[in-house]
Amino acid sequence: MGETPHRSADAGTGGTRVTQSHEWPAGASARVAEAPVSTRSPGGTGLGGGGALPRSRKFGAERAFRGLTLAAGTAVLVIIAAIAIFLVAKAVPALRANTENFWSYEGWSPNETEPKFGIGALAFGTVLSSALALLIAVPVALGIALYLSHYAPRRLGTALGFLVDLLAAVPSVVFGLWGRDVFSSPVRDFSVWLNQHFGWIPLFGGDGPFGASVMLGALVLAIMVLPIITSLSREVFLQTPTANEEAALALGATRWEMLRTAVLPYGRPGIIAAMMLGLGRALGETIALALTLGITFGISFNLIQNGGNTIAANIANAFGEANETGRGALIASGLVLFTITLIVNITARAIIYRRREFTESAA
Amino acid sequence: MAKRVSASNVTAYYGGFKAIENINLTVEPKTVTALIGPSGCGKSTFLRSINRMHEVLPGARVEGSLTIDDQDIYDRDVDVTAVRRTIGMVFQRPNPFPTMSIFENVVAGLKLNGVRKKSILEDAAEKALRAANLWGEVKDRLGKPGAGLSGGQQQRLCIARTIAVEPQVVLMDEPCSALDPISTLAIEDLMFQLKDKFTIIIVTHNMQQAARVSDRTAFFSIEKTGDPGRLIEYDNTQKIFSNPSVKKTEDYITGRFG
Repeated sequence: MGETPHRSADAGTGGTRVTQSHEWPAGASARVAEAPVSTRSPGGTGLGGGGALPRSRKFGAERAFRGLTLAAGTAVLVIIAAIAIFLVAKAVPALRANTENFWSYEGWSPNETEPKFGIGALAFGTVLSSALALLIAVPVALGIALYLSHYAPRRLGTALGFLVDLLAAVPSVVFGLWGRDVFSSPVRDFSVWLNQHFGWIPLFGGDGPFGASVMLGALVLAIMVLPIITSLSREVFLQTPTANEEAALALGATRWEMLRTAVLPYGRPGIIAAMMLGLGRALGETIALALTLGITFGISFNLIQNGGNTIAANIANAFGEANETGRGALIASGLVLFTITLIVNITARAIIYRRREFTESAA
Repeated sequence: MAKRVSASNVTAYYGGFKAIENINLTVEPKTVTALIGPSGCGKSTFLRSINRMHEVLPGARVEGSLTIDDQDIYDRDVDVTAVRRTIGMVFQRPNPFPTMSIFENVVAGLKLNGVRKKSILEDAAEKALRAANLWGEVKDRLGKPGAGLSGGQQQRLCIARTIAVEPQVVLMDEPCSALDPISTLAIEDLMFQLKDKFTIIIVTHNMQQAARVSDRTAFFSIEKTGDPGRLIEYDNTQKIFSNPSVKKTEDYITGRFG
């Protein structure tokens, strides 16, 4: 798990490097593997007895395995291309039929005779709820991860770590139902309180009703992404070389200073990778948000009033009654979601890549 | 800048296992003392109990008393971090912080002490790197990663990091065992210079090294595996290597056992 940041840092540089680095170990291991084989073959010249060296083999497990890995690598590209082509082919006719601006129109009625739909509000809602979820989840997750890896007694740490992983196994529809039926009432009370005391901040303004809001959706999302961020960062923290931790302690660092000097910087690429995986899950989360958000089509920074919507939640809500154009419109929105996720990933890679000089020499 | 280290009846445990028993010895200021002995004899354990790094491991504890100029470092009221700032440590394998530059590595300890002013940090870094005989090699690339240096340079970087906080005592746990002979020589030369300012205690497996660098030598040994390590003989290095008083020491330094 600790390898993750290194690997992803490499992956950013493209495939050529991966294949290059494969050549060497493959060639070397083949040579090592051949020596004992040739001694066993009846026609062979035996153990270094003075005969000619055995000929290299034209076919064999080495070659077959190389073919298999190549096929597996190619499959990824084919699948991505196929998805992209599918999305574009379905989306373009619907986008042509749109009578409003796809980027700026705030509403979604693609099934009318004059289809009107716009992605702006949905994309905004998606990014807002995910960013908010990450903002809530990351500090908590890092806290849990540091506690599990460096403070908790080993047995307790393992047990708690298992519980956190269990949280990741809860289906998202369960989170959605729980958020809608149970969690919404404390969030509503809290929202009313926020509105009374901090109503002058636009984020917490409005006249209600409160509850089925971006805040509820973001909180549920935060709980959902918590386990993945926690368990990945915990793994990364556990990978910190003991030598570095001891170096910090021997300089007179307290436990917290040791974490700050040795553990957190070492785990930084891993933390970023974990955050991006969490963000990826939050951006694509569908049913939990479809159940908890108020479903409106407007761009608003208000966090506590009923409202909010995301691309994925909208697809889940609208797909059932959609006609041909409606489905095309939804697929176009899916394409936008795909692009957002791609940008997020590229950004994360860029951040990791920029510090590679320091992280690669870490090993 | 250098203090006397006295151990009396120091016994250290790893959980239920007693690693060293009743160690008594006094190290004078501004000297180099070598701890030698076969593997598992507890010399590293003893070294790590001098700056309370032993207790970092779960279940590890130390009994007896260890004083630095008459102050008991295991006293209940003593701040562990203050002890470790006073008694620096260099480890077996070079362990610069991989995410930090050369400069950041050297001043890491000062930053932990709350020093923030750039000019002070820069002066201290230059001073420590010069003292570690590394300044000339790295002065043009202080911003590069510390882990990008060669093994010997990394170890000198770690020494610079340790002495940058101006400790009283410097502990070295087999500092040359991962290094080539040239780098080893560089570190040994460095020890000669450093003992003008610091009290140095070094654990080494290399008896020639102990003979070359140290003023006093302590020989540790165990009866058999599972027994606690004991201090067998402690005397001037010259005496230990020419005319030891204990038979076991003689057997060890002449290569008859261990």
